Amino acid sequence: MTLYTQKSSNIRKTWLFFGLFLIIVIGIGWAFSRIYANPSILYFAVIFSVLMNVIAYWYSDKIVLKMARAIPVEHKNAPELYHIVENLSIAAGLPMPKIYLIREKQPNAFATGRNPKHAVVAVTEGLLEKLDRSELEGVLAHELSHVGNRDMLLSTVIVVLVGFVSIISDMFLRSAFWGGLGRRDDREDGQTGAILMIVGIALSILAPIAAMLIQLAISRKREFLADTSSALLTRYPEGLASALKKISSDATPMRAANNTTAHLWLDDPFKGRKKTSWLRKLFATHPPIEERIKRLREISV
Amino acid sequence: MPNLNLTNILVAVVIVIALWLVLTFNGLIRQRYHVKEAWSDIDVQLKRRYDLIPNLVETVKGYMTHEKTVFEKVTEARTKAMGANTKEEKLGAENILSGTLKTLFAVSENYPDLKANANFLDLQRELADTENKIQASRRFYNGNVMDYNTKVATFPTNLIAGTFGFKKEEFFGLETEAEREPIQVKF
Repeated sequence: MTLYTQKSSNIRKTWLFFGLFLIIVIGIGWAFSRIYANPSILYFAVIFSVLMNVIAYWYSDKIVLKMARAIPVEHKNAPELYHIVENLSIAAGLPMPKIYLIREKQPNAFATGRNPKHAVVAVTEGLLEKLDRSELEGVLAHELSHVGNRDMLLSTVIVVLVGFVSIISDMFLRSAFWGGLGRRDDREDGQTGAILMIVGIALSILAPIAAMLIQLAISRKREFLADTSSALLTRYPEGLASALKKISSDATPMRAANNTTAHLWLDDPFKGRKKTSWLRKLFATHPPIEERIKRLREISV
Repeated sequence: MPNLNLTNILVAVVIVIALWLVLTFNGLIRQRYHVKEAWSDIDVQLKRRYDLIPNLVETVKGYMTHEKTVFEKVTEARTKAMGANTKEEKLGAENILSGTLKTLFAVSENYPDLKANANFLDLQRELADTENKIQASRRFYNGNVMDYNTKVATFPTNLIAGTFGFKKEEFFGLETEAEREPIQVKF
């Protein structure tokens, strides 16, 4: 098993999502044009959301790096870090990514970039200070696996889908409240109309939540997968396991922590709220560290 | 019309089989190309090492006057490795080269002047890095070979592989038997 296998399966999934997305767009467009005579608002919303996300995808790396206040690293500034990344990209069969340093004391890292040729791996100063070489290798291999698995592509497409579902539900809710669906009340007796209305409202409230939960579940699954791929690359799962342990027990806060980029990091940058109730688990961008370490230790190399 | 139905079914079956043939064949071609590409990655790193060695020997010459055989062996091993034709030969020659380099660096510990030479230290660091990179590219190559060989050997792809002459590729320098096995992952 190489990263090639993962890559093609991820690209397949991305196309599947695109297909699903198109079907849903056409289906809803059809339904709306049935209800209203004029579906132009919907088309505008669809085009707008797609455009927004395409732009986000194209510039995501630059935006994210700006948000984290990351600075580029040259070979001469950090030769050891540079060599580790270089060797891992050779082992993964990836082009050498750009390396960025973030002036934060919390040990953490993330990868971004729309494809391997434009990939960026960013690490915090704290990571370089607190981890030893084999742990650093495990972490960097994890980040490179995100690049190799095309996780950026998949997650961007999912964001498009999730965003779209929320826009649709939002529109339905608005129109329901302002009586846009009124045409239905005239025909049927009040009861069926009311039931339909309630079902519609319930669905429009639940659909975005469900979509978001799917997004988070996928994000968590990608983390597990990147952990596994990291073990595959370094052939030393204990390195990443011990790095995760160190990182999770480190309580240094991050100044640049931000909700929109939380899912990118190696571990959730918001620390402190350590309770893992089922509700928190459901809404977490990352699987609990203990579970990741447990799974890493189950891998036999 | 039973006749028409039968021909329809037959046509459909033929189309499905043809499609499967094309896809599988292309898949095999692609994987064989991955293996070739990975091999050239190893080659790049090996060449880098060949290029570093003459500099190293040149630097060491002035200091290790009493132990000429040590660096002469390195040069000899390098020439042999560069001339190797098959992968098997190459692997053996490269291993010998790594061994002679190791000896050279061990012996250099006895020469404090040499150890203080900035040029020598640079070369030593770069050779160590190249060694790591050879390991990394080797691992990538072996991973690809394993994927490809599995495809070639398993049913039903092996039918197409056999017909069109796709042969198993050789692994390059597996350290342990464990590397031959796919990694065990539990989800």
